[in-house]
Amino acid sequence: MAINSTKDDEDLKESINSATLKRMFKFLISYKKETAIVVSLLFVSVVIGMIYPLLVQRIIDVEVVQENMTGLIVMVGVVVALAAINMALNIIWRRIMATVSNDVVLSIRRKLYIHIEKLGLDFFDGRPAGKILARVTGDVNALKDVLTSTIVQLIPEALTILIVIVLMLIVSPMLTLTAIATIPIIMLGVFLCEIVAHKRWQIMRKKDSNMTAFVHENVAGMGIVQSFSAQEEAKAEFDAIVDDHIYTFKKAVQVSDLFSPTVEISYGVGMFLMYLVSVNVLHFGVESLGTIAAFTMYIGMLFGPIRNLANYYNKLVTNLSCAERIFEIMDMEPLVRDKDNAQQMPQINGAVSFEHVDFAYPDEPDKLILKDVSFEVKPGETIALVGPTGAGKTTIVNLISRFYNTAGGSIRIDGLDISDVTVQSLRTQMGIMTQDNYLFSGSVMDNIRYGRLDATDEEIIAAAKSVHAHEFIMKLEKGYETMLGERGGNLSIGQRQLIAFARTLVRDPSILILDEATANIDTATEILVQQGIEKLLSKKTSFVVAHRLSTIRNADRILVIDEGGILESGTHGELMQKRGAYYNLYASQAM
Amino acid sequence: MIRRYVMRTWWRYLLGSVGLLASTALDIWFPIITMNIVDEVIVGGEYDKLWPNLLCILAAGVGRMLFQYLKEFLYDMGGCHVADNVRRDLMGHFYKMSRSFFKRNNTGELMARVKDDASKIWDITGFAGMLIIEASCYLVGVIVCMLLLDFRLALVPIAFLPVLGVMVMKLEKKLDVVYGEISEENAALTRVIEENISGVRTVKAFCAENFEIEKFDKRNELYNELNIRQARYMAVAEPVINFIPKIMQACVLLVGGIMAINHGISYGLLVAFMQYASNIVWPIENMGWLLNTLSSAIASHRKIMKIFAEKSDIEEKADAVNLEDMRCTLEFRNVSFTLEDTQILKDVSFEIENGKTLGIMGSTGTGKSMIVNLIERFHDVSEGAILIGGIDIRDLTLKSVRDYSSVVTQDIFLFSDTIKENVKLGRKQTLSDSAVNYALDKAHASEFVKKITGGYDAVIGERGIGLSGGQKQRLSIARALSKEAGLLIMDDSTSALDMETEADIQKEIAAKKDMSKIIIGHRISSVKDADEIIVLSDGQIAERGTHEELLAKKGLYYSTYEAQYGNYKEALKVMEGGGESWQ
Repeated sequence: MAINSTKDDEDLKESINSATLKRMFKFLISYKKETAIVVSLLFVSVVIGMIYPLLVQRIIDVEVVQENMTGLIVMVGVVVALAAINMALNIIWRRIMATVSNDVVLSIRRKLYIHIEKLGLDFFDGRPAGKILARVTGDVNALKDVLTSTIVQLIPEALTILIVIVLMLIVSPMLTLTAIATIPIIMLGVFLCEIVAHKRWQIMRKKDSNMTAFVHENVAGMGIVQSFSAQEEAKAEFDAIVDDHIYTFKKAVQVSDLFSPTVEISYGVGMFLMYLVSVNVLHFGVESLGTIAAFTMYIGMLFGPIRNLANYYNKLVTNLSCAERIFEIMDMEPLVRDKDNAQQMPQINGAVSFEHVDFAYPDEPDKLILKDVSFEVKPGETIALVGPTGAGKTTIVNLISRFYNTAGGSIRIDGLDISDVTVQSLRTQMGIMTQDNYLFSGSVMDNIRYGRLDATDEEIIAAAKSVHAHEFIMKLEKGYETMLGERGGNLSIGQRQLIAFARTLVRDPSILILDEATANIDTATEILVQQGIEKLLSKKTSFVVAHRLSTIRNADRILVIDEGGILESGTHGELMQKRGAYYNLYASQAM
Repeated sequence: MIRRYVMRTWWRYLLGSVGLLASTALDIWFPIITMNIVDEVIVGGEYDKLWPNLLCILAAGVGRMLFQYLKEFLYDMGGCHVADNVRRDLMGHFYKMSRSFFKRNNTGELMARVKDDASKIWDITGFAGMLIIEASCYLVGVIVCMLLLDFRLALVPIAFLPVLGVMVMKLEKKLDVVYGEISEENAALTRVIEENISGVRTVKAFCAENFEIEKFDKRNELYNELNIRQARYMAVAEPVINFIPKIMQACVLLVGGIMAINHGISYGLLVAFMQYASNIVWPIENMGWLLNTLSSAIASHRKIMKIFAEKSDIEEKADAVNLEDMRCTLEFRNVSFTLEDTQILKDVSFEIENGKTLGIMGSTGTGKSMIVNLIERFHDVSEGAILIGGIDIRDLTLKSVRDYSSVVTQDIFLFSDTIKENVKLGRKQTLSDSAVNYALDKAHASEFVKKITGGYDAVIGERGIGLSGGQKQRLSIARALSKEAGLLIMDDSTSALDMETEADIQKEIAAKKDMSKIIIGHRISSVKDADEIIVLSDGQIAERGTHEELLAKKGLYYSTYEAQYGNYKEALKVMEGGGESWQ
């Protein structure tokens, strides 16, 4: 049984793994040149930003106080020019980053997607589609986010702090001390908000998703809730969820709202100390007004970067786990791979043989699903597989189409071991109809053509006619060009199965596998489908897994599967005479 | 409507606003203190005035700290209470609505009301609303202050404000369009990936991996292109918008400097003006998205109001009575039902005495499931009447009607909760564990439940362990069996079970002699033992009788029988002969 616990994801790992970190930044290597340009432009831009307060200081201290009108005008001109240069630099590096960051994400997503496409069914069995989807969309975006912010946030913010402190030291070592005195307060604030609050916000996100899940389920399952008169009960549950939601939010904002108060108090203390020292210790007079103005700006410049660095740390820690999940998938080996010397499967004639086949799922190698299964099928034979749920019927047909590898023994088609041929050459000659006949959003024509991409419209219509799908398709709004919703949503289950059937037929397969393909259609449709199948089954080797006896009875041979082995084998008549397992099975459904 | 929710937590907004006004006032006052220090102490040499001013700085810092916290925390909590109470009431409203309401408003839309639209309300009654008030107060306060200090110099920054404002709004508008495009393309990309993952068996069966990769590449590249376009636009817009305040400050410096040189103003005033000029930027810079938030909150509010205004079309009568004894007869008396101009049922009559079984057959779309919906009164009949124990169900309380029947639906719905709680649905306080176990036993579910890690307390559903279709059906049967109802309805609910299990469960159900039963199915085996079988065709009863009687008729029932047990060619003959109504 697949464990679909979506809860796994909710416990985010929060640690910094240097190997993952290294691997993550490797993505940037192919953009070495661009990264270098951006970093150097950023450096210049940060420096210009720093010079700005110095200029203001000079203007007030020198030009204004000394009443130098031309000096004032010239210096203001310099300020404007620097701001313009800064703007230009900003535009340039941002444009480069726009391409780099998006190209990185494009290629990571592509790599991941292609890799997932190669993975075997075992990968998909154990994971809900939503989780895999989250890897390819959300996690990849998170990765982009952290790569981008390393360049545009970590580097310039760290530079800013460094340069501000150096400049302050140059201007006045004494006043610098007053500014540095405020740093412990702000660090405390950053710690509270970014580290403590971050954890609380994560809890909040979980509560949020609990609420979403509850609302979704209760709206979608409203019929059941009302039918069981469970409205009051559900309302009470929702009340508890809402109360919890409010409480968790309170816990989070209690801490995270502390940030701006700490900035306020640090700024207040900083200003207090600065004026105190300027007047009482340094005895500043009118000539040093500019120094005061510059320091006022520098102190303000420290707070933002400190907070942003803490922010970056959080992002890194959180998004690193996204990267880990992506790498985890990329490191998975596809279950079924072509051998190095795999040959092309020649035109299949249709003889299939199982020779002492064992099978166990890769994650539970000790639990044998099939034990020593052997049988032989002649070309053109129709084989029905029956038995209780979980007996191994689907496993047998999955092995023939090589969705999994056997754990022991071998499967031969026309005498060739199927593990010696390429998967591609094998499966293109097979027509497989699975339990979930997935239709894609697109036209009816496109969906049938999925069976063989180079099929002509005539071939498609012929296939549809042979399974009696043509009649209802023509009744659809736009016939074969009618667009289907996701999963073929606008069709009945029976109609979907008929289209899937046509899709399998247009392939003109040499071996046909029908795995409970007609389980959910009503009898009227089934009669039509049976008619379609019969013609087909008579010519090709086919394997049919079914519950309905009417489907089974016409088979050339019936294999009764139970507990991983073949219990009985023979025609309907032979097995009924035997009065064994098949007889009992039949009796339970018949009168 | 929102006013009511705001008023419920009025004290938070009152105190929060006090904090807001106080901290804004202190912020505007701050440059004046520094101006005083510069002019009186540093330039004027009045050193005795240093300490009073320094204490003012400290007091302003401490005051700002306290008031900021008060303001932010209370507005945040206010928004949270408003939005979560809206959510509470929305859900309460949904629970009262009838089927037609959920048909008009699909799950996605209702989810959006509860989640997204309530979030917008949260924003605007929380931090965004706070910022709008604060930015307006701040802007007005700073402008007034500057005008009072020196109205000539004040004109310089004031002249820049409209320019900045227009640019910010233009950017916001443009981004709105671009983000709309990006999110559309994102949805398209997600759909391609989602379909590929969900349909992976089909993809692999057809060896269509490369075809799928091509499809993905096309979408991925389009999405990338849009993102790059957006990023490039922002790469120009942001630096340009940041450039304007710089120019403004330079102008203040230039004009202020000239005025200072000409002894028009003091140096302290110039320093204070420099601070105002840089402080005045944030309200304008944030104006764009704040106004956007406001307008989308108004739209969300309207949508929520519309949902609240909807009324359920199934209403309990004021003098509705309770059903005294559930062991009674169910009667359909000439029932017809029309939904949205389509006649679904036409003149359907039957009677099930207590303990008897009715079998219903018919192909998809002939109204079988609608019979179940009518019995549960999810819709009212258009003509005729449904009577339970001789009382028209429209005269009974809704609770009585729903408690009378217990349904195993065709589409199984289980909640993300433990197995036990799923079985107990509707009776979480009252149903004993042993009753749960008993029901699981009867539904042949105990065996697999015990094998699951966690057993009865294992979480299932979307966020829990994945169950097979047959396992889900068995749990759903257990849930229905544990509800001691007068009528058990099985709506094609054994289709995923293997034949033996199905037969066993049927025996268990048949043994419940004091329960009436309605069995709806495609398989002859599931209905054949019923006391009466009706075959529906186009919403009408086409054939009725016992299994033997219907076989003898050689009609629709017979053809189904042949299709399932005999020869499909025989069935085809019957179909082509008289059964046009099958199609």
